[in-house]
Amino acid sequence: MGRFGSAQAPAETYVPSSTSAVPATIPWRHSALVRVTHWIITLCFFILLVTGIEILISHPRFYWGETGNILTAPLFQLPIPSSRALVPTGYGYVLPDENGWSRALHFQAAWLVVLTGLLYAICGLFSGHFRKDLLPSKSDLSWRVLANTIASHLRFQRPSAAEALSYNVLQRLAYLFVIFVLFPLVIWTGLAMSPAFVSAVPASVTLLGGRQSARTIHFFVSLALVFFLLVHLVMVLLAGFWSRTGAMITGRTSTHAERT
Amino acid sequence: MTDLSRRKVILTGLAATAGVSGLGVAARLAEKYGLVPPDHGGIYGPGETLTYAAQRLLTRHSLAREFSPSQISKRPLANEIAPLSDGFKRLQAGGFVDWRLSVDGMVDRPASFSLAQLKSYPSRSHITELACEEGWSYIAEWIGVPLSHVLDVVGIRPQAKYVVYFSIDPDWWESMDMADALHPQTFLAYGMNGNDLPVGNGGPLRMRLPRQLGYKNVKFITRLTVTESLKGLGKGLGSAAPEAGYAWYAGI
Repeated sequence: MGRFGSAQAPAETYVPSSTSAVPATIPWRHSALVRVTHWIITLCFFILLVTGIEILISHPRFYWGETGNILTAPLFQLPIPSSRALVPTGYGYVLPDENGWSRALHFQAAWLVVLTGLLYAICGLFSGHFRKDLLPSKSDLSWRVLANTIASHLRFQRPSAAEALSYNVLQRLAYLFVIFVLFPLVIWTGLAMSPAFVSAVPASVTLLGGRQSARTIHFFVSLALVFFLLVHLVMVLLAGFWSRTGAMITGRTSTHAERT
Repeated sequence: MTDLSRRKVILTGLAATAGVSGLGVAARLAEKYGLVPPDHGGIYGPGETLTYAAQRLLTRHSLAREFSPSQISKRPLANEIAPLSDGFKRLQAGGFVDWRLSVDGMVDRPASFSLAQLKSYPSRSHITELACEEGWSYIAEWIGVPLSHVLDVVGIRPQAKYVVYFSIDPDWWESMDMADALHPQTFLAYGMNGNDLPVGNGGPLRMRLPRQLGYKNVKFITRLTVTESLKGLGKGLGSAAPEAGYAWYAGI
């Protein structure tokens, strides 16, 4: 349990010292489950992003409702060339068709990320990971704490040593949002585009307003996930790329490295 | 070695053995219940197999969503097709009266049907969405004879597992399993929105499976082959789609 590095533990384990190069004890930061699933999901995410863009290029138009095609007005069209001559893009050329392998890889990575995510979610529930590491405490949810955290983020302040050992309230809320809102939504909207799946579960697409609405929401949720990824990377860089990445690989953190 | 780590090693070994033999059993069961697609090999095989198996378990009898007449797309998009052959143009000039659909393979009474014969069978229609793998879609009323009716007429043998269907375009052929072939919404479609099926949408005869993507809905059907195995056809991957890098099963 202690391996999940809850917010209370570090204060006792970390002994600041000006002489020793390494803290007296190197506290656990991430459990093996978190580390393994983190990197599998990272790999899948990049695969899904690249193949998703590749599939999108074959029809860079978006619609709302049930149907949509080049004979109907789009909600919006991305100003990019297409891999299909049928799409009026304004560009004088057609990109190569890469949909075959992109689709196969997209769905294979989707299977892997869904199964990994399920494992993470089930284990996270039973181990107390969500409760201890991600659920913000009541006191953290006050406007004062939130405002302070947001202000320090906006000033691009380097996180304190304690923050190497537990998540601050903004991180907690962001991770919970990604895990319990964005990921389920991107999976749902993906399934809602499967003609076979929706034949068995029609509500999966009708609740979203139709097939094209599902596709459009899938696109925007993917954008939101990319935005999360960029912020996540900036925060890791600010906090110390090697120490944070090292912690996600080895499971242990060296707070000493944070300060050098 | 401490007791704890020894126990860990033994447990890990047991789990790995159980996992591997579990996979073996799962593979045999999947084969037995027809949950393995013909393009299960290669690096994308696991994903294709998981999708096909999961959806076969979930959707064997489910019906594609049907829409109200008011939802029919005003202009059903005719996607690009390969240039029509001279043979097709001759048949078209004759109003398709000489169009034939031949049925062979594992059937008791191989036959060849004219469009008039097909139209003499009970006509069915459904208002369903055609979705392209590229992302666009339209809704139309599709009119035709259920494939299962034609299969009843020729009498399929019990060993039959797939129906292979061929376009007049020699590069376009697909196949489907019996769950789709006998599905009530799978049509040999000859009409759309109250009229003959336009050539641009696959007329005079199109295979229509609303639970799979557009490319499985092959246009200009001239031949069906009922078979137990897809190994001898083309590269043995089941249809033309996997040979071009696309999934054989397009229910996604």
